[in-house]
Amino acid sequence: METTVIKTGTEGKTWGGGNEPLNGSYGKMMMWFFILSDALTFSGFLAAYGFSRFKFINSWPIADEVFNHFPFLHGVDAPMFYVALMTFILIFSSVTMVLAVDAGHQLKKDKVIIYMFLTIIGGAIFVGSQAWEWKNFIKGEYGAVETKGGQILQFIDKEGHRVALKDIAIVSHHSERVQHESKNGLWFESQEGTLPTYTIAEIQAGFAKREDVLIRTQILTEEGEKTILSREESLKRLQHDAIGIVEGANLKHNEYGSPLFADFFFFITGFHGFHVFSGVIINIIIFFNVIIGTYERRKSYEMVEKVGLYWHFVDLVWVFVFTFFYLV
Amino acid sequence: MAHDIAHHESNTKKIWQVFFLLSAITIVEVIFGIWKPGFMEVKFLSLKLLNWFFIILTLWKAYYITWSFMHMEGETKGLRRSVVWTGVFLICYLMFILLTEGDYIYEVFKAGHKSWDF
Repeated sequence: METTVIKTGTEGKTWGGGNEPLNGSYGKMMMWFFILSDALTFSGFLAAYGFSRFKFINSWPIADEVFNHFPFLHGVDAPMFYVALMTFILIFSSVTMVLAVDAGHQLKKDKVIIYMFLTIIGGAIFVGSQAWEWKNFIKGEYGAVETKGGQILQFIDKEGHRVALKDIAIVSHHSERVQHESKNGLWFESQEGTLPTYTIAEIQAGFAKREDVLIRTQILTEEGEKTILSREESLKRLQHDAIGIVEGANLKHNEYGSPLFADFFFFITGFHGFHVFSGVIINIIIFFNVIIGTYERRKSYEMVEKVGLYWHFVDLVWVFVFTFFYLV
Repeated sequence: MAHDIAHHESNTKKIWQVFFLLSAITIVEVIFGIWKPGFMEVKFLSLKLLNWFFIILTLWKAYYITWSFMHMEGETKGLRRSVVWTGVFLICYLMFILLTEGDYIYEVFKAGHKSWDF
């Protein structure tokens, strides 16, 4: 039992608590069962996502159209690449973590320090990347119109390229109204959300003039593409059903389609991001413990192994989030 | 402990092999995610073949992360089973119940007299 962290003097005494069930130390076993319960939590979230997706199977947003940004490539349609990069970063930080554990087994302190450091850097880059992904999603790109029934109408030109609201709207300064703010005495309106850039009337006026623009609904066709309405239908739909403008996404509105998609995206990737963040913090604590030689004196780097288990679990969850949010 | 310090040899080579395997699987997933070949659009058990392909690759990755990186292969049979079997059983159960229910609600929406698209 050389790797047992604490010697209690009960080793080998079955009735004194000296035996290790399943040949694992207390801490490691508890880490495994914590991971099991956390895995069930994440499965609950992903199963709920699957539930909502099957419920709205014919109108769910297409991930490739939502997450198609890449740093420094403005306006380029690049689905998958950014999230693939994030996956690599996380897998790579998992590798440095397992290398740190491996070096710990051989009591090579300097190597453990280097690998732990690289792991922390990888985790930090990942959290930063996720923040950037969130920013793009919240900000949105083209904007859309919401109907009375909460459906999303998007604009496309004859070639099928998306058209942004700002290219359609004819801004009328007469109808522009200012944001109600409590500091102007409108305390009863202080709960009002931020006003969209354009009003629905401005979009309707602009759309009537743009003969080349059509409307695309969130209902999917047999081929899994969004339904494109004819010019007449588009005009009718926009005149009669449209009631609001949506730019970007939050928990109530989502310019890409069902608001549930945004809710699950924020909740699941947020919960995962929080795990990465707490993993980075725990890694930093262990990193400093390694530097000051705590584990060197114990002659056991089992703490590195335990935090490593957690870190790999975070990677494991991401593999599933990647599949169910971006691929499937 | 399955591995004593005294005779613990380095696993570095194996770690890098697993890393390249995981990367290769991810690259294959990305290629198929962009390419979306027509022959994989066929439905099988209410999911497209492409989606089954992604799910199988994901489970393969999960196996390697758990077995190699988290060192499950070195644990005792009892620990391995108490964690893996419990997880797999409960997750399958949860998925089955919720996805079936989701599909049922979709059918109710579709067959109902009320229009949801307005």
